Amino acid sequence: MSALLHVDNISKRFGGFVALDGIELEVQAGERLGLIGPNGSGKSTLVNCICGTLQNETGNVTFDGHKLDGLAAHQRTHRGLARSFQLPRPFHSMSLADNLRIPLLYTVRAREGMLHAHSDLGARCHELLDMVGLAAKAQQMPRDLTQVEMRKLELARAMAAEPKLLIADEAMAGLSHSEIEDILALLVRLNERGITVILIEHIMSAVMSFSQRLAVLVSGRKVADGKPEDVVRDPEVVRAYLGQ
Amino acid sequence: MNAAKFALIAFFVGLLVLAFAHWLKIDYFFFAGYTILQFTVLATAWNILGGYCGYVNFGSAAFFALGAYSSVFMHKVYPLPVPALMLVGAVVSGIVGFGMGYLTLRLRGAFFAIATLALAVVLQTLVVNWDFVGGSRGAYIIRPETIDIGSLQVNYIEYLFVLMLVLAAIVLTTARTIERSQLGFGFATIRDDEMAAEASGVPTLRLKLIATTLSGAFMGMAGAPFPYYIGYLQPSSAFGLEYAVNSIAMPMIGGTTTWIGPLIGSLLLGTAQQYTTAYISLGTGVNVLIVGVILIVFVIIAPNGLVGLVQEWLRKRRKS
Repeated sequence: MSALLHVDNISKRFGGFVALDGIELEVQAGERLGLIGPNGSGKSTLVNCICGTLQNETGNVTFDGHKLDGLAAHQRTHRGLARSFQLPRPFHSMSLADNLRIPLLYTVRAREGMLHAHSDLGARCHELLDMVGLAAKAQQMPRDLTQVEMRKLELARAMAAEPKLLIADEAMAGLSHSEIEDILALLVRLNERGITVILIEHIMSAVMSFSQRLAVLVSGRKVADGKPEDVVRDPEVVRAYLGQ
Repeated sequence: MNAAKFALIAFFVGLLVLAFAHWLKIDYFFFAGYTILQFTVLATAWNILGGYCGYVNFGSAAFFALGAYSSVFMHKVYPLPVPALMLVGAVVSGIVGFGMGYLTLRLRGAFFAIATLALAVVLQTLVVNWDFVGGSRGAYIIRPETIDIGSLQVNYIEYLFVLMLVLAAIVLTTARTIERSQLGFGFATIRDDEMAAEASGVPTLRLKLIATTLSGAFMGMAGAPFPYYIGYLQPSSAFGLEYAVNSIAMPMIGGTTTWIGPLIGSLLLGTAQQYTTAYISLGTGVNVLIVGVILIVFVIIAPNGLVGLVQEWLRKRRKS
């Protein structure tokens, strides 16, 4: 079976700084992958290269059997790649419902090539907000939300595009323990519906309970990839996190 | 209310304005009204890119002048009726809008604004050095006194006024239709956060090109009849500061997020300017000065314009 996502030898530099150095990564359909690494290790840069926000200098990304080289970010979203941003980036002039309407209009509709009736769209927005527990606030503006609600909106918007693969970039940073549980449960539910999830996270308890497999980036290189309990004992990973 | 209904209402309001003007029996009304309507078109066109997408264009005068100068060019090469000239102006300015968009839309914020300003300077320099359209001397176009439409003999200024009235109705209907369409939602995501827009599947570059093309084309249409209106076109009047300033100030004072904002802004400011021109003779720069002062006041006390003020007031009332 070929992988859903195949990252092959990706490198990216910013001036003289090597952010990514020949990264290889495979993700199988339906998998829950955790991606960890110290600050500045290149996790977000990798996400940006996969999603088309940044262009990698070498290597290529294959998704669902197709090469993504040269495709703009929105085209990759159309192919079934979705992401949430590390710092929530809602459309602040729109209500929550309208925030979700955007991927429905521009991705789902474009992909399926059919016209949803307006009431249909509204119902779908409501359904998605309900999934993350924000249905009661459908008509409110993003500025009225708390941090955890903002993260949920971010995930709901990514989900609205009906992706095959969801990349959650530090969806839990700065949240309380119960809020983390909340988001984790949500991600597991999504995975049970058949969506492949890559979780990028610093909070180890969350990563360990969520991930079936763990990959570790250190200074732009992948230093470990395997079962979570083996990876955290890997000497190189320990050295990167704790020093020698 | 759908677009067709709105267009019908806009047309009807236009007829009322025309009837009112006839009832007044003041020729100057057509003269002044033309200028105000021209600013309604410019302000609404600017707002399609500046208000809906959040890309500030300082080069409105260039698109306006392109429309005006394509009329001068056609007048010398192959004279056409004014409505056809407006279409020519739309095509020329639309193409330049597309080109400008393609070259500059990777820039954001202040950098984009500076690039549009540069475009205006480059085009003005070209026109000043192009003898065929008059160069720096300017070009004369003798405006006929009247025009025959069927068996009707119409004052030429009134004819231009009606054309501008129709154009204003078309541009306002287009702006309002965009606002409520998928395109309008897409424009708003560009204004809010382009990276998030791309991640949601919005083809931002394509949408921005649609906006620059449309916005440029409408400005060109507004400029096309101008040589006939003014009779003598010179680069410094076609590329005048007042077009660039008014196109920005009017939507900002009215409110940039809805079609009605530029309309209100242009009617208020346009009328005020016509009034000061007619009744107070303080020199030529006074119009731009007034706009500047009002704009500063609005930016400080009502950054979302008059429409924003009203919306805020309504929201507060609903809450209490």
